[in-house]
Amino acid sequence: MNVLLDNLGLYGRAFLGTIELFLIAGVGSLILGAIVAGMRVSPVPILRAFGTIYVNLIRNTPLTLILFFFAFAYPRLEIVDLSFFTRASIGLIIYTAAFVCEVLRSGINTVPVGQAEASRALGFGFGQTLTVIVMPQAIRAVVPPLTNVQIALLKNTTIASGFSVFQAGGIYQELSENGYNVLVGLLWIALGFLILVVPLTLLQRNLDRRWSVAK
Amino acid sequence: MSDTTPMVRMAGVDKHFGELHVLRDINLEVTQGQVVVVLGPSGSGKSTLCRTINRLEPIDSGVIEIDGKTLPAEGKELARLRADVGMVFQSFNLFAHKTILENVTLAPLKVRRTAKAAAEKDGIALLERVGIANQRDKYPAQLSGGQQQRAAIARALAMKPKVMLFDEPTSALDPEMVNEVLDVMTGLAKEGMTMLVVTHEMGFARRAANRVVFMADGEIVEDSVPDTFFTAPRSNRAKDFLGKILTH
Repeated sequence: MNVLLDNLGLYGRAFLGTIELFLIAGVGSLILGAIVAGMRVSPVPILRAFGTIYVNLIRNTPLTLILFFFAFAYPRLEIVDLSFFTRASIGLIIYTAAFVCEVLRSGINTVPVGQAEASRALGFGFGQTLTVIVMPQAIRAVVPPLTNVQIALLKNTTIASGFSVFQAGGIYQELSENGYNVLVGLLWIALGFLILVVPLTLLQRNLDRRWSVAK
Repeated sequence: MSDTTPMVRMAGVDKHFGELHVLRDINLEVTQGQVVVVLGPSGSGKSTLCRTINRLEPIDSGVIEIDGKTLPAEGKELARLRADVGMVFQSFNLFAHKTILENVTLAPLKVRRTAKAAAEKDGIALLERVGIANQRDKYPAQLSGGQQQRAAIARALAMKPKVMLFDEPTSALDPEMVNEVLDVMTGLAKEGMTMLVVTHEMGFARRAANRVVFMADGEIVEDSVPDTFFTAPRSNRAKDFLGKILTH
C-alpha cells in the first residue's frame, strides 16, 4: 500500500499524462479515422486508393515502429520542431485512425443503401450524405467495436514512455530507481487502467441504450 | 420555361445491366401537370426507368432533360437538379435516425438553406396534409408502413419539387394501408403535380392517370390514355399482362 501512498504524486502526474495523451489521441483518431473512412467509400478513385493504402500500411506496422519513427527519425527530417508529447500524439493518432476507419467502414456497410439514395434524391451531395445521413447511423451500429479501439488506444499510450512522454507506463522506472517494490507498483498501475476504462465502458452502455431506443 | 417544354424528356435512352438490356431506346415526354403511370410485368425495366430520371441509375446513352435542362453527370449541378425532382421509394427510405418532422425539414434546411422556423412550419403543414402531424416526434420505425410512406411523400414535397417520381410506392405495404397512400397521391394529382408513377395499382392508374405507359422487356410498348389501355390494348403483350391481372 505504501508503494502507492508514498508515490501518490508520481502516480497522479503519470496518470494525468496518460489521460491527456489518450484524450488528444482519441479525439484525433476519431476525426482522422472518419476522414479516411470517407475516402474509402468516396466515388473518387484516387481518394479510395489513398484510403486503402493508408489503412493497409498503417494497420500492418507495429505501433512501436511508428512511435520510434516519430521519436528518432522525425527530428532528422528537420521539418517542424515538435515536442515529444506532440509527436507521441501524432503517432498514436495515425496508428489508431487506421483501426477507427475500418470499424466505421463496417458500420457504413450496415446502413441500407436506400438511406443514401433517398439523401441523394433530395439533393444532398456526397459529403452531406456521408456526414448527415450515413455516418451518424454507421457510428450507432459500431459503438462496441469503436470502444474496443479506444480502449486499445488507452493502453497503447504506455508505449509512449519509450520516448520520454511521462505517463503511467513510465511509473515503474522511477519506482525501481527509488528502490520500491516494482511488482506492487505495477499492480497499482494495472488497477489505475481498470479505473480509466470504466468511464469508457459506461459511455458505451449509455450510447448503446440511448440509440437502441431511437431506432 | 414556356409551356411547351416538357417537364421530363427522355430521348433514345439505353441502359444495360451487364448483358441485360434493361432500357431499349426509351422516348418519353411528361408535360407539366401530367400524371403518367408506368405499368408492366416485373423485370420490364419500369423501376429502372424511374430511377434514371434523377440519375440514381446512370444511363449508357441518350438524353434526359428535366424542365428543359439536361441531366448533368455528377457533382453539384446534379444535386441541384435532384432537389427539384421528388422521389418516393418502394421501401420508404426515411432517415432512421431522425424524427418524422426532422425527416421532412432536413433537406429544406441543409440543401435549400431555409430558415429553421419556416422549414418547421412548412414541414408541419405537409405532415398535416398527409394526415400524420401527430406522429411528428416519432422515429420512422415506430410508424406503420402506410404512415412511413406518407411521411416520405411529405419529405419529397418539402423541397417543392417540379415533378414527383414514385417507384412502386405501395408494393411494400400491407393491403389495408395501400389506400391511405394512394389517396394522398390522388390528391396530389388533382392539384396538378407532375407525376411519374411506377405501380401495380390498376385502380390508381384508371382513376388518376392522364396517360398509361406500358413497358415490357425494356421497351415502351404502349402509351395511351387509361381508358384505351384498359379496354382496348393494342399489343399482345399488354393484352397478356392485363389478362393475367384482371382474371385474378
